[in-house]
Amino acid sequence: MTDLALRRPVGSGTGTVSGPRRRLIGLVVALAVLLGLLVASMMIGSTAIAPTVVWDALFHPSNDIDQFAIRDFRLPRTIVGLVVGTALGVSGALIQALTRNPLADAGILGLNAGASFAVTVAVGLLGVRDIQGYMWFAFAGALIVTLMVLVLGSNRRGQSPVMMVLAGLCVGSVLSGAGSALELTNPDAFDAMRSWNAGSIVSRPLDMLWPTLPFFAIALLLAFAVSGPLNAMALGDELAVAQGVRLVRTRILAIIALTLLAGGATAIAGPISFVGLMVPHVARWIVGPDQRWIFAYSALLAPILLLASDILGRVVMRPGEIPVGIVTSFVGAPVLIALVRQKKASGL
Amino acid sequence: MSAPSGLDPHAGSSRTVWSPGTRRVDFGRRVLVLRRRRVAVRLDWRSVTVCSVLALAVACLAVLALMTGSYQLSPGQVVSALTGGETGLVHDIVVEWRLPRVLAALVFGAALGVSGAAFQSTMRNPLADPYIIGFSQGSYTGALIVILLVNGTYWQLAGGALIGGIATSVAVYVLAYRRGVQGFRLIVVGIGISAMLSSLNTWLILRADLDQAMAAATWGAGSLNGISSAQVAFGAACIAVLLLLAAMSSRPMRQLELGDDAAAAQGVRVSATRLWLIVLGVALTATVTAASGPIAFISLLAPQIGRRLTRTAGITLAPAALVGALLCLAADYLAQHVAPTPLPVGIITVMLGGGYLGWLLITEARRRP
Amino acid sequence: MSTHTSAVDGPSAAGDAPKSTPSPSGSRLHVESATIGYDKRVISRELSVAIPDESFTVIVGPNACGKSTLLRGLSRLLKPSAGQVVLDGADISSFKTKEVARRVGLLPQTSIAPDGISVGDLVARGRYPHQGFIRQWTEADEQAVLRAMDQTSVTDLSHRLVDELSGGQRQRVWVAMVLAQHTGIMLLDEPTTFLDITHQIELMELFTDLHHAGHTLVAVLHDLNHAARYATHLIAMKDGHVVAEGPPAEIVTADLVHEVFGLRCLVVPDPVAGTPSVVPLGRERPPAAPTTETT
Repeated sequence: MTDLALRRPVGSGTGTVSGPRRRLIGLVVALAVLLGLLVASMMIGSTAIAPTVVWDALFHPSNDIDQFAIRDFRLPRTIVGLVVGTALGVSGALIQALTRNPLADAGILGLNAGASFAVTVAVGLLGVRDIQGYMWFAFAGALIVTLMVLVLGSNRRGQSPVMMVLAGLCVGSVLSGAGSALELTNPDAFDAMRSWNAGSIVSRPLDMLWPTLPFFAIALLLAFAVSGPLNAMALGDELAVAQGVRLVRTRILAIIALTLLAGGATAIAGPISFVGLMVPHVARWIVGPDQRWIFAYSALLAPILLLASDILGRVVMRPGEIPVGIVTSFVGAPVLIALVRQKKASGL
Repeated sequence: MSAPSGLDPHAGSSRTVWSPGTRRVDFGRRVLVLRRRRVAVRLDWRSVTVCSVLALAVACLAVLALMTGSYQLSPGQVVSALTGGETGLVHDIVVEWRLPRVLAALVFGAALGVSGAAFQSTMRNPLADPYIIGFSQGSYTGALIVILLVNGTYWQLAGGALIGGIATSVAVYVLAYRRGVQGFRLIVVGIGISAMLSSLNTWLILRADLDQAMAAATWGAGSLNGISSAQVAFGAACIAVLLLLAAMSSRPMRQLELGDDAAAAQGVRVSATRLWLIVLGVALTATVTAASGPIAFISLLAPQIGRRLTRTAGITLAPAALVGALLCLAADYLAQHVAPTPLPVGIITVMLGGGYLGWLLITEARRRP
Repeated sequence: MSTHTSAVDGPSAAGDAPKSTPSPSGSRLHVESATIGYDKRVISRELSVAIPDESFTVIVGPNACGKSTLLRGLSRLLKPSAGQVVLDGADISSFKTKEVARRVGLLPQTSIAPDGISVGDLVARGRYPHQGFIRQWTEADEQAVLRAMDQTSVTDLSHRLVDELSGGQRQRVWVAMVLAQHTGIMLLDEPTTFLDITHQIELMELFTDLHHAGHTLVAVLHDLNHAARYATHLIAMKDGHVVAEGPPAEIVTADLVHEVFGLRCLVVPDPVAGTPSVVPLGRERPPAAPTTETT
């Protein structure tokens, strides 16, 4: 357990830090916004559907065509967005706390490269054709590669952030080279990968989501369980040990949680950039350095960002759609640049 | 309190007899000093040796690449074809068909090596190269627009890549500029812009028809396929000029390694020199990318490998250029002749780069157990 | 006990310093009502300071008083937004950068030794302003580097790597680099910070030797007692302007120290050198033995 009073004063430009009461109110507001977006996500699309129809589609099903659109397309898409967003947000908060690097996300651990390569192999060499089939390849690829990166990036003293980044780059390059070699010689693989790589939550049936939920639930519990020790580790390993934190156990649990979360999200939706990077930043900016609050806010803000981006992607090129992964990077990159231009934002 | 003994001015000269003109500075390594009339140069012995060996290796590899193909030739045939001793088929194969590609690999590799050296030296960061400031994604965007929307010729493609890459680099530089450009900020802004453009590229590829998209992706991986002698000649001429300019800037570049203040105090115009080196580095990479697509990792690896071979302090240009040429030739050879199907050279360099990083990690882990 | 033999005063060393034609005003380098600062933040307004020729000038003052800024202005690293810095009778910004570097050398607060550079190589980098694209290493360069290393006693370290040296040795190597630049005027920005006391004194003695050998030295120092003992000309700064300047024996008083640093102290003669020495009184406590001191 860490006591708030033990922490360094938060004067280093981390933005506004509000009291517990205001944080709680903020959390409620975020929840309300999220609910609003869930409804909006069912209403908005190539054709606009009235809220009453949405209500009927969910609770008084009939054979109306709009109701079909909602039940078969927009509802799964919205739920997938909710789950994937939450997973990405919390995994981003975890990895940033773990590496003490405000620019870290699961991508730097080679996770996307691993998932992507596994899918390429599944499509190109094993002839897997549907999204449900290659979900499990992506999941396995993400887990295996993250593990490889951790092993490569560790020495006897533990993991140093720089070495993990290098290891992620290393494994990522080799796999992306091998992946492109496969794609460029196999039109089927190329065709499948170009849409998978965009990152999307469209046409992911709910059947595909259910088996992953236990993983997500376990990982979320783990994440909140290690948030206290991670608070102490933010002050440096030695101080954390002095406060009774078991470093290795905390690290391993955190890594398991973040791999399950990010790997699962990527397996379902493909690589979605910037959500895991930006959301913990914004959360830290609102609530200060307490990881427990950062995790809670990230869990709500990330699906807000993801669903809002998804809705935006449906609207800007109507009737066409832009995959959500592309929208998030167009939303996220300018925020990142603005952050780094500010002198001290969240330790940048 | 007695005067510290180290202050005796003659302590250093006690062993050697002080007489002007005979004593030499001990650099801790062998140096070659050439002084003739107005020329006075000091060369590092090890660097000269390493560069000679590298040049020899490049030449051998070039001959090997000229020999290899569906019609195998002997080294003798290649050499005589190059010196004008062959006519007919052998001449055509060597000079018309294979030579442009080999020359391209050699010259482009050298250009990328020097480009990376300029970046790593000015940013004092061993992982810097023009591609981190968004150059490759920008040029890919430019090329994609030409391929998918205009369906343009080679020269239009080169133009599109050039404009895309340079516009991106300028945008990154301007966005990172805040009372001067700081390395870290430049890198993060580069990551941001790259991510955005990479998404845009994904989307462009997604909307194109499959054949065009694959052609574009092959270009985007960096390929020397089907490069013509006119294209190589044009690229090589640009690169020759840029390499000469780079060589002339190498002294202020090395002086910058001492820190901005020390360099400025010794008469280096720091900001101007840094900008000039970045412009040179981008121009070199731009020339290569316009001709062949972004060939990754050579600019990252060549200066580091060169430095490790010569064991010099800081990064020097000549070894970087030669290692770059060697890497690019070797990668293209592997891509063409060793891979089960011919691949773009960039795919091989990406994997080589990953291997290098792995090696770096392993040696790092061993050094600090 | 106090055998302060000035180590370098032999004829060979005295002839080393580049001979400069003394300027009519007695100051080759001076600041004329200059406004110096960073971007929009002005540090010094209407500042006028002259560096006496062949002096060992030391600039002291509390943190952020503008002493390093003044040094950066003198070395052309900062351009005044108004007024000018005059070198040898002309505005310093009218010179080519290399020309300034042949007349004024600077040891910056932070310098970076590239990985794996040898001492000889680093000192040789100081010859940059004298070299050109095809004239990179003349006999004159070689001799200047050897002389600089002799003067700073690093000749024996010449082949060693800079990373392997102790802090004191490393600082002497950097001084050698600035010496090799062969300028009449040397500016030193906090050269003794981060060194232990022995190396600080060693370095101050070295500077005194260089001063005796004919160099004009300007140093920013934190330690008032070092400044008072070694300087021939002291400049005390506060809030961007000069509070007092002159020989330490004349200007270092308890009042001045209080005015500049806000520190209550006694100024007593240094038992070794006879120069003024500052003894802090501490906060709100009378001096321990006022009766013996005030007689």
